[in-house]
Amino acid sequence: MSEIIGLKAKLGLDVFKHDKEPHIKIKPGMEKDPRLKRAILVCPAGLYEENQDGEVELTIDGCLECGTCRIACGTEVLEWYYPTGGAGVQFRFG
Amino acid sequence: MEEKFDAIIVGAGLAGLGAAYTLAQEGLEVLLLERGDYPGSKNVTGGRIYLNPIRDMFPDLWKKAPLERHITQEGVSVMAGERSLNVSYRGEELDQEPYQSYSILRAKFDRWMAKQAERKGAMLVSRSRVDDLIIENGRVEGVYAGGDELRSHTVIACDGVLSLMAEKAGLRKAGSASQYGVGFKEIIELDSALINERFGLEGDEGAARLFMGEVTRGKFGGGFLYTNKDSVSLGIVVGIKDLIEGQPAVQAPVLLDEFKQRPEVARLIKGGETVEYSAHVIPEGGLRALTKLSGDGILVAGDAAGFSMNIGVTVRGMEYALASGYYAAQAVIQAKAKEDFSAASLASYESMLNDSFVMQDFKNFSEAPEALENHRIYSYYPELAGNIMRDLYSVPAGSKAKLYPTVKKYLGTGELWAMFKDMRKVMKI
Repeated sequence: MSEIIGLKAKLGLDVFKHDKEPHIKIKPGMEKDPRLKRAILVCPAGLYEENQDGEVELTIDGCLECGTCRIACGTEVLEWYYPTGGAGVQFRFG
Repeated sequence: MEEKFDAIIVGAGLAGLGAAYTLAQEGLEVLLLERGDYPGSKNVTGGRIYLNPIRDMFPDLWKKAPLERHITQEGVSVMAGERSLNVSYRGEELDQEPYQSYSILRAKFDRWMAKQAERKGAMLVSRSRVDDLIIENGRVEGVYAGGDELRSHTVIACDGVLSLMAEKAGLRKAGSASQYGVGFKEIIELDSALINERFGLEGDEGAARLFMGEVTRGKFGGGFLYTNKDSVSLGIVVGIKDLIEGQPAVQAPVLLDEFKQRPEVARLIKGGETVEYSAHVIPEGGLRALTKLSGDGILVAGDAAGFSMNIGVTVRGMEYALASGYYAAQAVIQAKAKEDFSAASLASYESMLNDSFVMQDFKNFSEAPEALENHRIYSYYPELAGNIMRDLYSVPAGSKAKLYPTVKKYLGTGELWAMFKDMRKVMKI
């Protein structure tokens, strides 16, 4: 059997270049919005989590810039940009 | 006097590269802006590219192109919980030059194709994110990128499936979840000799396999496997709406781990080392989900326009990207010759696309998204097929049941009627 590696380790294989600030942000006051909870299911990098207070939190490190959260949650709950030029994930295979 | 390009292309994926290459070849002034470190660094494919529809648009390109393996073996696996039914196809035509399709790695290919476009005279600037369009009196006059104001006669938005540029130009609205899938995959390195042995290949022959059913836990989508030269691309595509609403709820990445652990798949990738994990949204809404293709001073091509199509047996996007980039370039070339960059003049893009395989395919398969939305395809039928095969092959301790009644017991009148109705939908594809 081929090894199953954790998501964090999997993302650790990718090349990421640091950006000055997060390119996706949860809009203030929207942390408990039901639309935001969708991101927990759809994000291929597993970057969205619900905390004890029922708020959704986003860790931007490891973002694959796939766009799924923008489609699933919409721009009323997410402020969504691409990283600045030269920052973010840099695929070597694609 | 300030410099004004004939075209500024946003995004050096295949649509942008197809446009840049074509424009530069005709001697037009073209600026290609890419937000990644290099073209291909932000791009993801399953992937396989079909060359026949686009071969003649870029006749000099294919001989030296860094493609992976030509696909000589097609396979579909219908997966139930504990069993699977496989169809595999080999045909001599697949192993005859010019080959119909190749596996491809985009970071490699796009980077190379960008070099070819530069050689023709295109100006490529990487690490440059376009922040906004310059819109004056309702007309797109260029872009703002990294604090620079760059002006052009036309902007070609090739900025991918989310196309923020087309949104800014008012040519599209942010999409709805039902019109998109998300694909995520691992590149798993394996020795090329081992790949050949496991898949029954020789030399640069390649295999392509699609998987449906349990791999997405019955959600709209499937798994895929393509052999590259010395790696395997293994991944899942699943409808975003189904991920949000489908029961049981499952986190997307879990599907890929489960897929890898299926015995049918695990033995193919055994000993392989994962070297990259990537993901991307895929347009899957078909004809009805296409954006407006042109506006005043702007054209939209590739995924940005929605040019990607899933019809079950094939999933295609890259040919449409290259071709739409090519036709967008042709429209700009004509506009330049007439010295008329008006919206009416640029609309020739749409008429050229309408006459091409691109729009003809989208019209021919306009019913595909709806027909493939039927959930019975992804859960009920795979289980049914698996169960029938199990019973047909089973030899119990006692006597074996007659074959026809074995099958018949699964196919009562009500069942056959439901199948007939499902079939009628699928027949529209």
